[in-house]
Amino acid sequence: MRRLLLLAVFAWLASAGHAAALTPEQVSSALASDDGERREAAVAALGRTGDPKWLAFLSALRDGSVYAHKRGHRVELVVGGAKSARGDQEVVEIVRAYDRTPLGVVPVAELTEVAADRRLRLAIKPFLDASETRLQLADADPAVRRGAAVKLGHQADPGALPLVEEALARETDRWTRHALAEARALIGLAHGDAAARVEAAQALGGLHATSALPALRRLATGAASAAERDAAAAAVRRIERWTMLATTLETAFQGASLASILLLMALGLAVVFGLMGVINMAHGELMALGAYTTFVVQNWFRDVWPERFDLYFLVALPLAFTVAGAAGLVLERGVIRRLYGRPLETLLLTWGASLIIQQALRLWFGAANVDVASPRWLSGGLPVMVGLQLPWNRTFIIGLAALALGGMYWLLFRTSTGLAIRAVTQNRQMSACLGVRAGVVDATTFALGAGLAGLAGAALTQIGNVGPSLGQHYIVDSFMVVVTGGVGKLAGTILAAAGIGGLNKGIEPALGAVFAKVLILVAVIVFLQRRPAGLFAARGRHAEA
Amino acid sequence: MRKREALAAALVALGLVVVLPALNALPDGAPLHVSNFTLNLFGKFLAYAILALALDLLWGYAGVLSLGHGVFFGLGAYAMGMHLMLEIGAQGVYRSALPDFMVWNQVTELPLFWRPFKSALFTLAAVVLVPGLAALVFGFLTFRSRIRGVYFSIITQALALTAWLVFNRNELNLGGTNGLAGFKTIFGFRLSEPATQRGLYVATAVALVAAWLLCRFIVGSRVGKVLVAIRDSETRVLFSGYSPASYKLFVFVVSAVLAGVAGALYVPQVGIITPAKIGVVPSIEMVVWVAAGGRGTLVGAVAGAVGVNWMQSWLTTSYPDLWLLFLGALFMAVVLFMPDGVVGAASRGATMAADAVRRAAGTGGTRALAAPGAPGSRMAREP
Repeated sequence: MRRLLLLAVFAWLASAGHAAALTPEQVSSALASDDGERREAAVAALGRTGDPKWLAFLSALRDGSVYAHKRGHRVELVVGGAKSARGDQEVVEIVRAYDRTPLGVVPVAELTEVAADRRLRLAIKPFLDASETRLQLADADPAVRRGAAVKLGHQADPGALPLVEEALARETDRWTRHALAEARALIGLAHGDAAARVEAAQALGGLHATSALPALRRLATGAASAAERDAAAAAVRRIERWTMLATTLETAFQGASLASILLLMALGLAVVFGLMGVINMAHGELMALGAYTTFVVQNWFRDVWPERFDLYFLVALPLAFTVAGAAGLVLERGVIRRLYGRPLETLLLTWGASLIIQQALRLWFGAANVDVASPRWLSGGLPVMVGLQLPWNRTFIIGLAALALGGMYWLLFRTSTGLAIRAVTQNRQMSACLGVRAGVVDATTFALGAGLAGLAGAALTQIGNVGPSLGQHYIVDSFMVVVTGGVGKLAGTILAAAGIGGLNKGIEPALGAVFAKVLILVAVIVFLQRRPAGLFAARGRHAEA
Repeated sequence: MRKREALAAALVALGLVVVLPALNALPDGAPLHVSNFTLNLFGKFLAYAILALALDLLWGYAGVLSLGHGVFFGLGAYAMGMHLMLEIGAQGVYRSALPDFMVWNQVTELPLFWRPFKSALFTLAAVVLVPGLAALVFGFLTFRSRIRGVYFSIITQALALTAWLVFNRNELNLGGTNGLAGFKTIFGFRLSEPATQRGLYVATAVALVAAWLLCRFIVGSRVGKVLVAIRDSETRVLFSGYSPASYKLFVFVVSAVLAGVAGALYVPQVGIITPAKIGVVPSIEMVVWVAAGGRGTLVGAVAGAVGVNWMQSWLTTSYPDLWLLFLGALFMAVVLFMPDGVVGAASRGATMAADAVRRAAGTGGTRALAAPGAPGSRMAREP
C-alpha cells in the first residue's frame, strides 16, 4: 500500500507544474524512502520546478539542515536555523519547508535529520548550479555575467541552450554577448547534427574561440562529412592566426611594462650618472625601500581604516617616493659627496650601503617575501580583443612611467632647477664659478633619482614579489640600460629601456629567461663595439673630459 | 725589491709553506699542533688570497675594476671539479660511471665536453686555459671598444649575473644549483686523508708565493709602469703612442688565469663548487678583500683576503645575522676612511712616524707621504 502511494506521489511530482502544490508530507515520505533512485527522482522533480523556494529547500537539504518534525501523528518537513542552548537543552529555530513560515523554537531532540548522502547531494548540485548561473546571467556586473557565460560554454549542456538564447536576447555588454555566442556555438558543436556542427564551427572561427580548439581539432580530423572537416579546419586556422596575434601583442605589452619599470629605475640612475659620474649600487635597495613602504602603508590601512583599503595605494605612492628620496638624500649628503670624483670607490661604497639596507630589511621584515594585496581598482584588466586583456596593474605601471618621464622632462627643460642640473652635468667647475651651487644640485638630483626608484618599488608590488633582495633582480638590467643609453640624454635611456625590456620579454617565451639574459649581455657588448659610450654619447669637447 | 721587504716576504712564505704544515704533522695534543680543520681553513684562505692577488693586479695597478672575477674563479674551479667528479667513477650513490647528478637528470652518456676531463693533464691545462681564453675573448671585445671605468665594471657585473644564471641550469650538465660535490680522490689520493689535505695546502701556499712573485715581476717590469700610467691617465698613455687596450687585455688575462688557478685549488680543499660562488655577490666580495687590505700593494690583497675571511668564518658562526651588516659597514668604512686599506694606512702611519722622528732629530724627513705603489687620488678621476 505504501509503495503504491509513493508511486502516485512520484507520478505527481514528475508533472512539474503542480510541484509547488506538493505537501510537505508527500515530499517527506519520498525523501524518507530507503530507495536511492526514488529519493533522486524526488529531488529532480523539485529541481525541475525551477521554483526559487524549492531550490532554497534543496540547498538546505544539501547542507543537512532539513529535519522531520513530528507533531502528534503528523510528520512535518522543516528547515532548521541557528542552534542555541536553553537551560540544559539544545534548541533550534525551525521554519516550514516550502513557504518558510516560522514554527518557533523546538528542542533538537524532537527533530530527525533528513540526511542527504553523497549521491543525493550530487543529484541536487546541477539544479542549484543552474539556478545560480541563471542568477549570474542576470547580475548587474558584466564580469559576473561573462563568467557565467563562459562556464556555460565549458559545460556545453544542451539543456542550457534556451537560457543562453534568452540571455543573448537581452544582453548589451559586448564581451558578455561574445561569451554567450561562444557558449551557444559550443553547445551546437557538442550536441547539434552535422549541419549545426558546420554552422557552429564557422561561428567559433569567427568568434576566435580559443577554448573550442581541442573540439574543433577533433572534428577536423575525425568528422564523418567533408563539409564538417573543412569548416572545422578553417575555423582552427582562423583561431590559431588570431591567437598568435594576441600572444604577440601580449608579449609586446609585457615588454612595455618591464621596460617601464626599468625606465623608472634607470631614469634616476642615468641622470645621477651624467651629473656626478656615480653609479649607485644601492639603487635597487632604494627600490626595495619603496616596496616595503607600500607594504607598511597597506598594513596600516588594513588595521586602522579597512573600509577605505582600496585607497592605500594612492597614499603609498607618494610616501614610497618620499621615503626612498629621503634615504637617497642621507646617502648622498652623508657619504657619497665625500668621494666626489672617484666613481669606482663610490660604486663600492654604495654597494656597502646596499648590503646594509638589504640586511636591515631582512632583520626587520623577515627573509620571506611579504604579501602586498592589489587594490580592487587595479585587479582585472581592460579587454581589447578576444584572447587579449591588458591587466590594469601593468597598464598603470606604464602610465606611471610615462608620467615620471614627462615630469622629468618638464623638470630638466622647463625649470631653473633643471637648468642648473644640465649646467653642472656639462661643466661642473664653470657652473660653480657662475654661482650654481653644485652641491645642492647633486643632493637634489640624487634624492630625486632615489625617489623615482622608490616609486618603481611601489609599482612593482603590484606585479611581483616583495622581498629583501627585490632590488637585485632589476639592478643589473637597469645598469645595462644606463650603459647602453649613454649619458646626458634622456632619449638614450628611454630607447635602451624599451630595447632591453622588449628584448627580454620577446626572447623569453621562445628560449627561456636565462637565455634571454645571455643574449642581452651579448647584444649589449656587441652594441658597445659600435658605440662605446652608449646610444647618445656626448660629443665634442667634453666627450673625453 | 728592498732587502728588508724581501726578508720579511721570505719569512712569511717560509711560515706558510713549511712551518704551518709541519705543525699540522705533529701528533695530536702536542704543543703548537695545528688541527686539520685549521689547516684546511687556511688552505681555503690562501686560495682566496691568490684570487685577491689577481684582482689587485688588475684593479690596484691597471685601474680596471672587474666585478665578475667570480666567473673566472668558477671556470677554474669547475674544470677541476669535473675531473674530480670523473675520478669518483662507480663509487657514487648510483654505482654508475656517470656522476650522480647525471643519473638523476637521466643523462645516459657522458657529454662530449666532459670526456677530456678524464685526463689529469688536460684538466690542469684547462684550469689555466679556460679562464684565460674566456678572459681573452671578453677582454678583447670590451677593451677594444674602449669600454672602461664604471662601464667596464657594470659589464663585468652583468657577466657574473649571466654566468650565475647559466651555471644554475641543469641543461648545462654541470650539476645545476647543486654544483659539483662528493669528491673522493684527487689524482688517486684519498681526499679524506689528512696527508692529502696537507699536500693540497702546501700546493696552495706554494702557488700563492709563485703568484705573488709573478705579480711582483709584472708590476716591477716596464709593462707594470705602463699599467700604472694607464690607471692614472689612460688618455695620455694613448697619446704617447702606447695601446692601452693591449696592456689591459694582457693583465686581464693574467688575472683571470690566476683566478682560475685559485678556483682549482679551492675545490679539492672545500669539496664543493656551486654557482653560488660565481654570482654577483661573491664577485664583489672579492673586491672587498682587496679594498680592505689595500689595493695596489699586493701584500694588502693577501692580508685582506685572509683577514676578511677569517672574520667571516668567525662572525658567521657566532652572529650569522650580523655578517652582512658588518661586511657592508666594513666596505663603507674602508672606502671612506682608509682608501688604501689597512696596509696602506699602516705604511703611511709608519712613514709619518719615521718622518716625525727624523724631523725631531733634525735630519729632515723625506716628503713621502704615500706608500710606494699606492694609488694616487687621481686614479679613478680618469674619465
